[in-house]
Amino acid sequence: MSIQLNKEQLLSAYRSMRTIREFEERLHVEFATGDIPGFVHLYAGEEASAVGTMSHLNDSDYVATTHRGHGHCIAKGVDVREMMAEIYGRATGSCRGKGGSMHIADLSKGMLGANGIVGAGGPLTCGAALAAKHKKTGGVGVCFFGDGASNQGVIFESMNLASVWRLPVIFVAENNGYAEATSSTWSVAADNIADRANGFGMPGVIVDGFDFFAVHEALGEAIARARSGGGPTLVEMKLSRYFGHFEGDAQTYRAPGEVQKLREEKDCLKRFEERVVRAELASSDDLRKVDAEVKQLIDDAVTQAKAAPLPPAEALLTDVYVSYP
Amino acid sequence: MARKITYSQAINEALAQEMGRDESVIVMGEDNAGGAGAPGEQDAWGGVLGVTKGLYGKFPGRVLDTPLSEGGFIGTAVGAAACGMRPVAELMFIDFMGVCFDQIFNQAAKFRYMFGGKAVTPVVIRTMYGAGLRAAAQHSQMLTSLFTHIPGLKVVCPATPYDAKGLMIEAIRDDDPVIFCEHKLLYTMEGDVPEESYSIPFGEANIVRDGDDITIVTYGRMVHYALDAAQKLAKDGIEADVIDLRTTSPLDEETILESARRTGRVVVVDEANPRCSIATDIAALVGQKAFKALKAPVGMVTAPHTPVPFAASLEDLYIPSAEKIAEAARAARS
Repeated sequence: MSIQLNKEQLLSAYRSMRTIREFEERLHVEFATGDIPGFVHLYAGEEASAVGTMSHLNDSDYVATTHRGHGHCIAKGVDVREMMAEIYGRATGSCRGKGGSMHIADLSKGMLGANGIVGAGGPLTCGAALAAKHKKTGGVGVCFFGDGASNQGVIFESMNLASVWRLPVIFVAENNGYAEATSSTWSVAADNIADRANGFGMPGVIVDGFDFFAVHEALGEAIARARSGGGPTLVEMKLSRYFGHFEGDAQTYRAPGEVQKLREEKDCLKRFEERVVRAELASSDDLRKVDAEVKQLIDDAVTQAKAAPLPPAEALLTDVYVSYP
Repeated sequence: MARKITYSQAINEALAQEMGRDESVIVMGEDNAGGAGAPGEQDAWGGVLGVTKGLYGKFPGRVLDTPLSEGGFIGTAVGAAACGMRPVAELMFIDFMGVCFDQIFNQAAKFRYMFGGKAVTPVVIRTMYGAGLRAAAQHSQMLTSLFTHIPGLKVVCPATPYDAKGLMIEAIRDDDPVIFCEHKLLYTMEGDVPEESYSIPFGEANIVRDGDDITIVTYGRMVHYALDAAQKLAKDGIEADVIDLRTTSPLDEETILESARRTGRVVVVDEANPRCSIATDIAALVGQKAFKALKAPVGMVTAPHTPVPFAASLEDLYIPSAEKIAEAARAARS
């Protein structure tokens, strides 16, 4: 498989993946200081899935994500500084400090939101796709969900509905191996989540979720089919997360050295670099330049978030309704 | 010009007029047309009790039959609303909310707040409620209070054909998620309804009968029972103010309190079970804000704290009656 992307596109994809990694690694450090309220679920390790998918999308395409949604938001173009401020619960955040890590959304960017309810994005994505179909925007909906959500009834309902109505939806199951502390090899009765696609009358595809280029190719095909009226696809990403279910998870359920081995042997950023450097499409220097810019961006985002004002008391009562007499 | 049509026809007319006015209005639900994929008639049903009958032919591609999967299609309506549509989704019986409640109360109701005011979700969920059809415990409930409890939802409960049309048009045009509750035994009720389009604002109760001796507060089908009770009371020289809330969220507190302060006696009538209900909510409101005007404890006439029974002899006992309402009013007078 040869690389179809030009240097600009490759650097853009790398920047997006590196931004997610830096964002999450930094949050891991900052969370430990106790400055970040609530629950934080980190996406580090899974970057190729979000970026390989989103590189085919534009602002008229909608994405619903999960409680582990930072990566999808960044890849979909949500402002990184506003995201960081949101996670710190600040008035300058994406949701003015009223949503937090699990509810970052930006409808103007086609981001329907991270979601605290496992599997809830399935029907919402069908709705986005229905709207796109009705309004003839050419847009598609992409539903990211995990191996845990793959067992939720509402995901099955959504896949059936999308197929019956031939909606432009791509269901992306990110099988990172664990639903909280439960292994997907135990909780998913089928050999693969993708095997379930047949039951809903759609193609099922298994992709190496550590390989940006594999993701890019598979999703390119699925998204093109959806856009041209060919209906939904279920894609299963085989990948892993580098951190716990949430920050503070000691991950004693994982094998000793499991994450270290993944970082050394599978890491999507390392593999991306090896591939593009070998193909002489970009140099390591190009990528180090991106690394430095991204590091600066995340530094700035954290500094600004910490300095930003908290939401004022009156914000408690606003935004419940558009109007309420 | 007004003419007599049924509650069901009034809702159908509201849907048709709004679909004609606004391309983004679509109707969806189980058998909302009926016959999808079947060899016989399309638009065979128009909803299980025929409320949406005829819209399928008038608005091609905009009346969508769904698989029988409420979590899937109610959530789809919510997602479509967040992306610029105005879906009117039918949750056939309110009892079925159990299988799709997440999409209503964790998604639709919360988007605007969670997203810092940057989302609108103009979805209408039509749903049938109420006892009296011998439909037993899972097809007869009055669950409006569960929705009313949730910030972010508006809850509408029309009692007449006139209100059903005006409130439905308002619901479709409203930018917030609206739960539109229709009593299955009101569908055949006839009333004067103007042909032209009109809307009734939310949060404005209707004083359906004037009286200075006692206030009866209710909503939905119980409005008619309260009016029957008021007639009985009038024979005894007791004149009742009867207030139809029309919407339980927003709630017209002012109209309730004004009447309570004037009469000093209040009975709340609710077809729902009594605990944490609209009845207890109104009783608390009056107790908090009109206590000094009260001349008697607030009376409550509700269903008992039981599921809805099947046998006619039991279901008739379950539903509040005009006699029970009149009795409660007399007790408040004594």
